[in-house]
Amino acid sequence: MHSHFSDPFDVAIIGTGVVGCAMARRFTLDGARVVILEKAADVLDGASKANSAILHTGFDAPPGSLEQACIAAGYREYLDIHESLGLPLLKTGAMVLAWDADQLAQLDGLIAKAHKNGVMDVTLLTREQVLEREPHLADHVMGGFAVPGEYLIDPWASAHAYILQAMANGAELRRDCELLSGSFGNGHWTLETAQGTVQAKQVINCAGLYGDVVDQRLLGHADFQIKPRKGQFVVFDKPASELAQAVILPVPTKTTKGVVLFRTIFGNLAVGPTAEEQQSRTDASTDRDTLQDLRAKGIEMLPELANYEVTTVYAGLRPATEFQDYQISAHADQNYISVSGIRSTGLSAALGIARHVAGLNTSTGFARAPLTNPVCPPPDRLSNYHPRDWQEPNNGGIICHCELVTKREILAALEGPLPPRTLQGLKRRTRVCMGRCQGFYCTGPLSELTAGYLTPPLAEDCQ
Amino acid sequence: MTTCTIAIVGGGTAGLSLATRLCELGIRDVVVLEREPEAGGVPRHCGHYPFGVREYKRLMKGPDYAARNVATARAAGVDIRTGTTVTALHPNARLSLATPEGLTELQAQRVVLCTGVRESSRAQRFLSGQRPLGILSTGALQSMVFLHHKRPFKRPVILGSELVSFSAIMTCGHMGIKPAAMIEENPEIFVRKFMRPFPAIKGIPLHTGVRDLRILGGKTVEAVTFTDASGQARHIDTDGVIVSGRFRPESALLHASHLRVDPATGGPEIDQFGRASDPAYFCTGNLLRPVETSSWCWHEAAETAARLVDDLANPIGDAPQIRLQAADPAIRFALPQRFTRTDRSGGMEHMQIRLNKPASGYLSLTQSDKTLWSDYLGSRPERRIFAPLSPLASTADTATVKVKLL
Repeated sequence: MHSHFSDPFDVAIIGTGVVGCAMARRFTLDGARVVILEKAADVLDGASKANSAILHTGFDAPPGSLEQACIAAGYREYLDIHESLGLPLLKTGAMVLAWDADQLAQLDGLIAKAHKNGVMDVTLLTREQVLEREPHLADHVMGGFAVPGEYLIDPWASAHAYILQAMANGAELRRDCELLSGSFGNGHWTLETAQGTVQAKQVINCAGLYGDVVDQRLLGHADFQIKPRKGQFVVFDKPASELAQAVILPVPTKTTKGVVLFRTIFGNLAVGPTAEEQQSRTDASTDRDTLQDLRAKGIEMLPELANYEVTTVYAGLRPATEFQDYQISAHADQNYISVSGIRSTGLSAALGIARHVAGLNTSTGFARAPLTNPVCPPPDRLSNYHPRDWQEPNNGGIICHCELVTKREILAALEGPLPPRTLQGLKRRTRVCMGRCQGFYCTGPLSELTAGYLTPPLAEDCQ
Repeated sequence: MTTCTIAIVGGGTAGLSLATRLCELGIRDVVVLEREPEAGGVPRHCGHYPFGVREYKRLMKGPDYAARNVATARAAGVDIRTGTTVTALHPNARLSLATPEGLTELQAQRVVLCTGVRESSRAQRFLSGQRPLGILSTGALQSMVFLHHKRPFKRPVILGSELVSFSAIMTCGHMGIKPAAMIEENPEIFVRKFMRPFPAIKGIPLHTGVRDLRILGGKTVEAVTFTDASGQARHIDTDGVIVSGRFRPESALLHASHLRVDPATGGPEIDQFGRASDPAYFCTGNLLRPVETSSWCWHEAAETAARLVDDLANPIGDAPQIRLQAADPAIRFALPQRFTRTDRSGGMEHMQIRLNKPASGYLSLTQSDKTLWSDYLGSRPERRIFAPLSPLASTADTATVKVKLL
């Protein structure tokens, strides 16, 4: 039974990164009446908008850690639900490669760690085996091991599908709705937001880069500090994707997984990320010198990359903390769960984190019984390796020629249940302007098509 | 699958000129495939002079010139199919198409690629800074202004100082706005001497030799910062950035195909007849190289038409070829990239060459340590430079010919 409108929500989720989206889906499917509060104008606008788009097995996570458990559970659930939610998946496998004797000496230890993490199909490869599988690699590679279970996924559309499913099954999303303060009493929270008061029995903080800020505003203290870590990426033109089959990983260091060469589900080849500690939680700027270094690093591993054009560059911020593991803590006396410090593995782990948090939940009973037959909304179909709208009739014509985005897709996004409010949001939903010309051809028609939908608009009328 | 004699990919200046000339030379079933809703190409949104002087003996604005090219082609009997995207090139002149009616294929006797050029993007230049709304190429700006009657900003800065950057100034004038500055990372402005005072006449501050350029902004562009040539830190408040010039051939289809690409031009490898590495494919216009004027492309394409007619009647096929290679750090590219040894006449008479930097010396064609041709050259980037192809016809050697500055 639905509760009365003025009753508190069962759960308020703060933040719509991949973790908040997965959380909203989990609690909605479990029967909760969920409200999701997002500070930004659009969902998935913080750390989750830029990552390396790989579904990890968790082979290299610290054994016994919460992170490892969540990655393993998230990985399983993703494979379980990808068909019903229409989430694209491309099994490329990964390879961890050693480029010097030091790294070569570490491979056995890393394989033992993978086995300890339950990833049993990891096997050592000789230099010759590596080059046989990946003939375009530079020949100074010394050896490596294969991780066959790693997949390419669509990082944005996956999380978008989680929140769309939550909304299709009753969750309420409020955007431009920053959490300002709150108090707990009589078994529920009263939250003051940029858009008025919201009451909820349980609060789950999934605020990513602002995790410590939200803990401070609601609990009065935070047990950790967010230390934003910037990662820059260089994306090469689509034909370059033929140069590498598997995801090419380096031997990790203590602080970072290092620079990865990976195909994307959109058909490109990318190299990144860097790992740059910084104070700002918003400044995801790119730097020419760093990008040139990244490109050079890519060419060092894959010499033929020198002949391919760069399509785009991007940067993302990861919400690292002073601790290595995730910072997930339940404050049972206040019906509050903080889900923070979800680093770059959050994309793979999100569904697992949501399950873990659902297990920590202390509030009694939800508005509804768990949903036995939840609605699965239609997915974004953006994968280069799966059927696309341009291949079907009556699509209104192709507007973005590089990424083959149709007029019908653009209008569907603008008129959809969770419409974009910015050009960035439209780009992520449709891939318009994301190709090699970066809007040279389609910005003009888009300025007319999107008139009245986006703030700020692409342009104003001019007589 | 349908068939035609010649399928031309791209309905811009080159594609339309070529199609018209082919019909005039008596070829039937000439099809132009244009992905935009209207043919005409880039001049459609260049709402300024000068176009058409050599072709039509009158001074025209871009849109009038584009419309004239379309009308002339239609009158000559060209079948122009708009809203039609070529999605793949297959061996032996077979094309995959996405049309308003759905997916289909087209089998031609010859395909000609005329997909033109575009400016390189902010990302491709690795420009530093944030990524707010309001960063546009000149082409995107012109499309907004002239085709969609929109104004994206009021006081932009222009990055670059090529011919197209001056076109950006004129486009701003059409919108009734004045750019806040013109910024060039190179030590000097690119265009010819007589054009250099233009920004000053328009009251637009010009900064050359700038370093550490960054774009600042949240939702929209707020400023650019840089260090100027004198070492002074500069901050210019602005609401937009026009990223102009540094053209690259629009060669996405080529890259995804069986045809060979020249990394130097970014376009196809061709021989002196304009044939790609698969002789069923010809290429002409700005796809060959960045970047020439519309007028140049119009005439280049018309000349290609005669070569196609000859090849249809009597195919050149797989004749032996000499590779031509730009082999000098100062030389950015040289085309054609191959010279087919045949007694067929009517091919290009000259190589087209561009420099990376101002340079001088003896421009030379050398083969196996022998100099086939040499002439003194002092020139700069963006200038047309030519070398004759005739010396290649008389050499018996098939080794690579290197283009050098000695």
